[in-house]
Amino acid sequence: MGNLVEVENLRAYYITQAYGVKRTVRAVDGISMTIREGEIYGIAGESGCGKSTLLRVLMAAHKPPLTVVEGTVKYVFGEMVVNALEMSEQEISDLRWKEISYVPQGSMHVLNPVRRIQDQFHDFISAHRQVSKRESREMTRKYLTELGLPESVLTAYPHQLSGGMRQRVTIALATILWPRLIFVDEPTTALDVVVQRGVIQLLKDVQEREGSTIVLITHDLGVHANLAERIAVLYAGQIVEEADARTILKTPRHPYTHYLIHSLPDLDERVERESIPGRPPALDNPPSGCRFHPRCPLAIEKCKNLEPQMVYLNSNHRVACHLVTEEIGLVHDAEKR
Amino acid sequence: MMQKNAESQLLYAENVTKIFHIRNGLSSIKFHAVDDVSFTMSTDRPEIFSIAGESGSGKTTLARMLLGMEKSSSGVLTYKGRDLNRLSKQDKRRWFYKEVQPVFQDPFAAFNPLNRIDRYLYETVKNFQMTSKSEMDRYVDHVLQEVGLSLAEIKGRYPNELSGGQAQRVAVARALITRPSLIVADEPVSMLDASLRMSVVNMFRRLKEQQGVSIIYITHDLATAFYSADRIAVMLRGWIVEMGPVENVLGRPLHPYTRNLKESIPRADPDKKWPRTSGLAVTDIDEYRLTSCRFVSRCPYAMDICRQQIPGVHQVDGRAVKCFLYDPKVVGEENAARHAAGLLPTPSKVQ
Ligand SMILES: Nc1ncnc2c1ncn2[C@@H]1O[C@H](COP(=O)(O)OP(=O)(O)O)[C@@H](O)[C@H]1O
Ligand SMILES: Nc1ncnc2c1ncn2[C@@H]1O[C@H](COP(=O)(O)OP(=O)(O)O)[C@@H](O)[C@H]1O
Ligand code: SF4
Ligand code: SF4
Ligand SMILES: [Mg+2]
Ligand SMILES: [Mg+2]
Repeated sequence: MGNLVEVENLRAYYITQAYGVKRTVRAVDGISMTIREGEIYGIAGESGCGKSTLLRVLMAAHKPPLTVVEGTVKYVFGEMVVNALEMSEQEISDLRWKEISYVPQGSMHVLNPVRRIQDQFHDFISAHRQVSKRESREMTRKYLTELGLPESVLTAYPHQLSGGMRQRVTIALATILWPRLIFVDEPTTALDVVVQRGVIQLLKDVQEREGSTIVLITHDLGVHANLAERIAVLYAGQIVEEADARTILKTPRHPYTHYLIHSLPDLDERVERESIPGRPPALDNPPSGCRFHPRCPLAIEKCKNLEPQMVYLNSNHRVACHLVTEEIGLVHDAEKR
Repeated sequence: MMQKNAESQLLYAENVTKIFHIRNGLSSIKFHAVDDVSFTMSTDRPEIFSIAGESGSGKTTLARMLLGMEKSSSGVLTYKGRDLNRLSKQDKRRWFYKEVQPVFQDPFAAFNPLNRIDRYLYETVKNFQMTSKSEMDRYVDHVLQEVGLSLAEIKGRYPNELSGGQAQRVAVARALITRPSLIVADEPVSMLDASLRMSVVNMFRRLKEQQGVSIIYITHDLATAFYSADRIAVMLRGWIVEMGPVENVLGRPLHPYTRNLKESIPRADPDKKWPRTSGLAVTDIDEYRLTSCRFVSRCPYAMDICRQQIPGVHQVDGRAVKCFLYDPKVVGEENAARHAAGLLPTPSKVQ
């Protein structure tokens, strides 16, 4: 499987100026990653760790105050390599929806309230393809049926649909042209489990049938377990661990990943669970050293001042934690002499 | 008999029903958004009572009736022995709204973004005359401490400066100001991430244990319900279909719908992935209007009788369950007992 997206040392900050005071929120702060063609790549982490911000930059949809201060994002479309951060407006809009599609967080609110669902699909499809009204309708009807949506939604207005219905309609809208790369931000948060399961199965079907690549953001590790092939765990704007889903969920090495999994309620037994102590840090002034150190029960002295380095446990599994670095017998660059 | 029983209860619901009429083209159709719901909560011992179910099962409609925001169409609904449909405006304001406090899904919706967040707390203290002016700060700080915050942390701050979890804690603190006996929390965690969810339900448990507040925890998140609740009622299209201690109902669910809900919880374990099949709901109104079991179109165990009649409620293995599988008159004593032991028939259809 080839690479589809290559990200190198990406830093994207919200830079604002209010009453002469400059504030810099380091929401994405040194992220490198590779997304492979045809995979479902999951991005996990608590609210506020920079997931949505990262996604916006990955699809070149960022605008001020969000500013890319360093790094590159490349799309590898066969022979063609596109530098995503240097595309013109025209190039971006040529790629959007046909090649690259986006289901934003809270996207059920993007539907036009005064147009019927079938007309919104027609507007969308005909903007990108030569289709008659009848063809677009047939295409829409067939697709929605596959997603388990009743035909009555076609003639409905958005406000007549439940939240879960609206969410499935927006996902359908974003994927009906079978884009190569689909970014999905918290598609199931606030949906009930039955609807959630339908939405997830739908994403899986899209990926399996068309070989689309999906980048899936959710804080819900249960959703990742059912969908993602690889998972990156984000903390305070940085990747702290990345591996195949099984490794992340079964044998994580980073203390934060471990905590994320073990704070979830158990469904087989009613046992006491503690939430992760403290809160994620504010990103205008992240902690020194390891950003997790104020919350980390395993922190050692150097965690306070020295930023851990990313180390590879194997070609698929990387972690940024001093303990792991020491355990495998590596020495931090700053400690070499 | 009923009245006497009702008086000794914190909350007493008997056959509570809410009928809505919705327009359908030129005609209007009628359905029971909450249908024949009965349960009680005792004054003796505080508890967390969860009401769970997928969206469109009548949870919010029930909550609105419990909060006195909406009248029931029929049935009996009393709080500390007093009929909620008959409370005067004054009784509501002076007594009921102090006793029973709401917490809603979106903590930010309750706060005007232009107002400082502490203002809501001060206003509530004033409206209900909870303390003198000079004691106000102390009082507000005290309720904030109960939810793991402090006045110093939030004073002067605007809603957008709080995280979702903090905002939801402030909403709970606001609810605690009147020293309520009961909090009705409608989907309080569904907008929060997993770790914030846990901190909110851990807070509910502390409030119950330390302050003696009872909580009705309405949610579609069965995992936190299992973790935090004492009892649970599972709702399906207006009905309570299974109700009892949470260890029984979610530990060993018997109603096919409860089983379906539990199986649908995504587990953070690659060895417990969902099977590919799943019954997806048709529209809620279609199921609401069935004159048979409302789960019949999705139930893998559906029998002929399920398409013709409404199942009764049976007491089985420490819970109440509304399903023909547990009706000895329908399936026979022996089968009913087998089903109650968790041995269900082979599913007749795969969806
Ligand atoms: N428009 C903005 N201006 C300033 N800071 C922002 C803005 N949007 C988000 N942030 C901050 O950036 C950080 C990352 O936010 P976000 O990417 O939304 O996280 P997530 O999606 O993981 O919840 C947070 O600290 C958030 O407060
Ligand atoms: N005021 C109303 N008029 C008509 N129908 C309503 C009204 N409020 C809710 N409903 C309908 O009643 C059913 C139950 O809704 P609700 O109580 O909000 O369920 P839940 O909270 O479980 O999602 C849904 O079909 C909903 O559309
Ligand atoms: S580097 Fe130190 S503080 Fe950071 S996760 Fe590892 S042990 Fe904890
Ligand atoms: S009554 Fe029949 S259809 Fe309804 S849940 Fe029980 S077995 Fe299934
Ligand atoms: Mg986000
Ligand atoms: Mg509701």
